[in-house]
Amino acid sequence: MSEHHAHTEGHEEHAGLSKGKIWQVFGILLLITVIEFIVALWVLPNGYMSHSIGNFVYIALTLVKAFYIVAYFMHLKYEKLGLQLSLTVSFIFIMYFIVLMLIEGGFLNLHMMSH
Amino acid sequence: MNSVSQLDQVKTGPWNGGRSPWSVEYGKIMMWFFLLSDAFTFSSLLIYYGAQRFSKLTWPDPDLVFQSIPGIKDTGAPLVFVGIMTFILIMSSVTMVLAVEAGHRRAKKEVIWWMVATIIGGFMFLGCQALEWTHLHHEGFWWGQIPSAEELKHLFTGDVSLVAAQQFANLFFTITGFHGFHVFSGVVINIIILIMTINGTFERRGHYLMVEKVGLYWHFVDLVWVFVFTFFYLV
Repeated sequence: MSEHHAHTEGHEEHAGLSKGKIWQVFGILLLITVIEFIVALWVLPNGYMSHSIGNFVYIALTLVKAFYIVAYFMHLKYEKLGLQLSLTVSFIFIMYFIVLMLIEGGFLNLHMMSH
Repeated sequence: MNSVSQLDQVKTGPWNGGRSPWSVEYGKIMMWFFLLSDAFTFSSLLIYYGAQRFSKLTWPDPDLVFQSIPGIKDTGAPLVFVGIMTFILIMSSVTMVLAVEAGHRRAKKEVIWWMVATIIGGFMFLGCQALEWTHLHHEGFWWGQIPSAEELKHLFTGDVSLVAAQQFANLFFTITGFHGFHVFSGVVINIIILIMTINGTFERRGHYLMVEKVGLYWHFVDLVWVFVFTFFYLV
């Protein structure tokens, strides 16, 4: 009974994702991928941007893609705030850990160069 | 008198019990928890990859390692093949979300066709990955195995490092293998859900929530690929 209740309750919010919106999100994902390709095949080889800035651009664009997949395709944008918070906070900690380990790797790199 | 009646009042807040505070169905919440734990596993692999790569002085250049389109071109087309793979996976994510949308309208026929499209997309991706693995294997890369230093010269832009090449080979096959395993199990689960849809199980049940749950898994696999693509092929 309660399951049925939760189900019907959820359904009112599900109305958010129409077919038009789905194709719009697909277009955005495709566009971001195309931008990444332009950066990889044209901007970086021609030296319009340094590689370290290019890496930042890649990671930023990847995070935007991740946002659109999680928010719209996985429907998180239409869930209750409590669920959104408990998931996104965990993901933010994971990203923080990735950044920490990259800094650690960079330190090791410096250490190796000086020896 | 007044205060007693206030105590007796039934509390109706979302966290006062008697209802699901997030108003998400049980199975869906469990799927989210599973995906979160899976994200920990994948991130541990990617963290190790990132830390290794940043600590090495040189690393195989992805534009030089991945520059073939199997059956069409052997060299000179960096990123094209993996671009096709990315497109296939994003496309199959879209057909999955269209299946979920059709499920909300309880349109059985549409759910079936979008699920079939999703499964085809999954198989196409797996086929592409098999070609990619075969190509790298022919070049001499495998777990614990790298091409000779002479051949490696063509894959590095800077100095050749055998340790970096070995780390690259091990991590590439482990991470894309683990991801491919997820795609494979996703395809199997999608086929099971497709059979259940054709049999009319969800029609009788009155809702297509199971399609939503496998949809969550499938999108997660797509999400992981977005990160693998960035860290292996672009950065």
